[in-house]
Amino acid sequence: MSSPSSPQTLRVALVGNPNTGKTTLFNRLTGSRQKIGNYPGVTVEKKFGTWQYGGRTVSLVDLPGAYSLAASSPDERVALDFLTGRFEDASAPDAVICVVDASNLVRNLFLASQVADLGLPLIIALNMSDAADKAGIDVEAALLSRRLGVPVVRTVATKGEGITALEKAVNQAVDRGALMAQVPWPEAVDRAVKYLAEGLEKEGAQSLSPGELRRVLFDPGSAVLQRAEWPAASDPEPLLSASRDILAASGLQPVSAEALLRYEHLGHLTADAVRFPEKRRRTYTERLDVVLTHRVWGLSIFVAMMFFVFQSIYTWSGPFMEAIETAVGWVQELVAPALATWPALQSMVVDGLVGGVGGVIIFLPQILILFFFIALLEDTGYMARGAFLMDKLFGWCGLNGKSFVPMLSSYACAIPGILAARSIEDPRARLTTILVSPLMSCSARLPVYTLMIGAFIAPSYGAVVAGCTLFAVHFVGLIVAVPVAWTMNKFILRTRPQPFLLEMPPYRRPRLRDIFWRMWERAREFLVRAGTVIVAMTIIIWALVYFPRPADLPQRVKAEMVSVTDAETIQTKVDAAYIEQSYLARAGRTMQPIFAPAGFDWKITVGILASFPAREVIIATLGTIYGIGQDVDEESGDLRSALKEDLWRDGIREGLPVFTVPVALSIMVFFALCLQCGATVAVMAKESNWGWAIFGFVYMTAVAWLGAVLTYQVGTRWLGA
Amino acid sequence: MSGGCSSLAMLGAGQRGCVLPSKANQIVSPRLMAMGLLPGIEVKVVQVAPLGDPLEIEFRGTRLSLRKADAATVEVERLDD
Repeated sequence: MSSPSSPQTLRVALVGNPNTGKTTLFNRLTGSRQKIGNYPGVTVEKKFGTWQYGGRTVSLVDLPGAYSLAASSPDERVALDFLTGRFEDASAPDAVICVVDASNLVRNLFLASQVADLGLPLIIALNMSDAADKAGIDVEAALLSRRLGVPVVRTVATKGEGITALEKAVNQAVDRGALMAQVPWPEAVDRAVKYLAEGLEKEGAQSLSPGELRRVLFDPGSAVLQRAEWPAASDPEPLLSASRDILAASGLQPVSAEALLRYEHLGHLTADAVRFPEKRRRTYTERLDVVLTHRVWGLSIFVAMMFFVFQSIYTWSGPFMEAIETAVGWVQELVAPALATWPALQSMVVDGLVGGVGGVIIFLPQILILFFFIALLEDTGYMARGAFLMDKLFGWCGLNGKSFVPMLSSYACAIPGILAARSIEDPRARLTTILVSPLMSCSARLPVYTLMIGAFIAPSYGAVVAGCTLFAVHFVGLIVAVPVAWTMNKFILRTRPQPFLLEMPPYRRPRLRDIFWRMWERAREFLVRAGTVIVAMTIIIWALVYFPRPADLPQRVKAEMVSVTDAETIQTKVDAAYIEQSYLARAGRTMQPIFAPAGFDWKITVGILASFPAREVIIATLGTIYGIGQDVDEESGDLRSALKEDLWRDGIREGLPVFTVPVALSIMVFFALCLQCGATVAVMAKESNWGWAIFGFVYMTAVAWLGAVLTYQVGTRWLGA
Repeated sequence: MSGGCSSLAMLGAGQRGCVLPSKANQIVSPRLMAMGLLPGIEVKVVQVAPLGDPLEIEFRGTRLSLRKADAATVEVERLDD
């Protein structure tokens, strides 16, 4: 029972190395009582949930997986900030559960010992005990608990074993303030810490706990120092180097002292509590790796698997996406009559709101399918092998082996691709991947390619050249992505690159339950966080196309078309007239000179402007502008002939066709390279920040313009106008 | 320097080494040290990736993939099989 003075609500943090089954344990402890958010200012996911035990409500925060509290990555920094109570609500947790892999005890306890150094009650969850048993590694939990001075609970999170015992241990650890046995710091460390504390006091900075001071001492560039509110006028560096000199003077190297001392201490503590098998057996992981990382078989299997994943995203999502489109159309038809008396509201709700919401959920099938595969690849341990195989290919230009999946997925759709970049730990490689993924030719670009190739390439050059053009245009983005990534890493991204250290976990059997959790989490997040922005953007663009609405416009159009009686034809012309004088079209006319070097007239410019929120809109927009109606598709013969027949009405090219082969190629290159997708921009902003999203948008638009101009100029000289 | 002394990046697949104390001015990744790659520890190069980089190494029961550039910062004494 809890003592009367103890709090009724406990705040507990969950920490652990990556690949220790931490997330599974979190799900087991909190069930469906979870919430996901983001830590302020950083793209680190914050997950929290609750459980009830012994009359208490325990609220658990899942901190990012980390090997150390050295705070060199945003993830580690979040963990450190939370544990030291410097985050948001400014109080340290009541206790910390440290998940350790029972097969790899000492390395996992390193983090636990750092957490303990911050003076927090600790509970060790000895997870994946079944795997350790199988490998013949025998950890005596009771003895270990006595040696460490904190509760040690055997758990198998995947099977739900040890969960109740863990809940009980949390209550007990808080009540008795279970602190883990401290490293017997050499006298020089204590002296250096004291020296630091005095230095801070002299400068009038905030005082830090001894544990925090040790972090400042051991980690060069530690984030902890910032929280001491060191006076801006003076430089803390002399104090820091003087304190590290104290260590060096007694033979301790500042960079390695902490690791050496902690590992030595942990070695002593665990010596008689862990027994390893006399003769190490060859594990099934080693046997599988012989094939899966083989230079021929490994690479072939990888390529085949990725091809299968890509094909699945592409084909499996098709029927679902069509169904969503049908459903959206059905809702639009259902809503439209009810609002018929207010045409502006009707158009806003039908085209803006319902269309916008439809434009969000249309991505769900692809996101769900991709995250099914990603969760499967990660949970089995194959993802690390894929990154191992691919790293050389991507590493030299600042990406890493894990960039492969996001970039490949982006060929179907950049949105799941960018979300997939989360699996990249190195923040710099993650950002680079996010910034180049939208260059991959997604499926929404296909209608533009089909229209242009079908209308201008196939008739003049035949099916073979048409096929080759379609194939080639899919590589334009990839070819541009490489120098872009290289340039960004060389000149723009200033953060320190992290060494590519990737644990190769043993192969494990995936649990469908965990995989479905992850799919659901990603889908929910996308809907809530990116969805709102996407809907808002759709409504803004709708307004720019819809307004202004001069009341006399339909009469003027009808007056010009006295001979036509077909109401539908008249309506189509009226729609064309409306869009021709819309704010967006006015902008298109104004901006046409910018696109003139690429061979675009004002209509193409309007089409391009209208397709910034979603590139596939171009077909319907061209349909409307050319007065064929909105319900055209890229195979439409009407639209093709309308484009072919369109002539320049003024300027030096008056009387010549607007669309030529160089213009068609120039449009394709522009669409291949431009970031015409509001949803992608929104997701980029959520996965990095608005600054980078805008940067991505600007550089891609610039590169697209450059590519289009180059294509048109070279094309006209080579092929003739 | 003895003949058995080299960097981790210079070990071939299947070769073992014993980590040597790093020199004062040498920057070994703090992360590698936090994972327990410390002086006196035996480390084995399990395999080299098909494209020549990175390496897969094993120490203290941990298997890790790291690039040759990072492995070059770790000095080892080559051990005979």
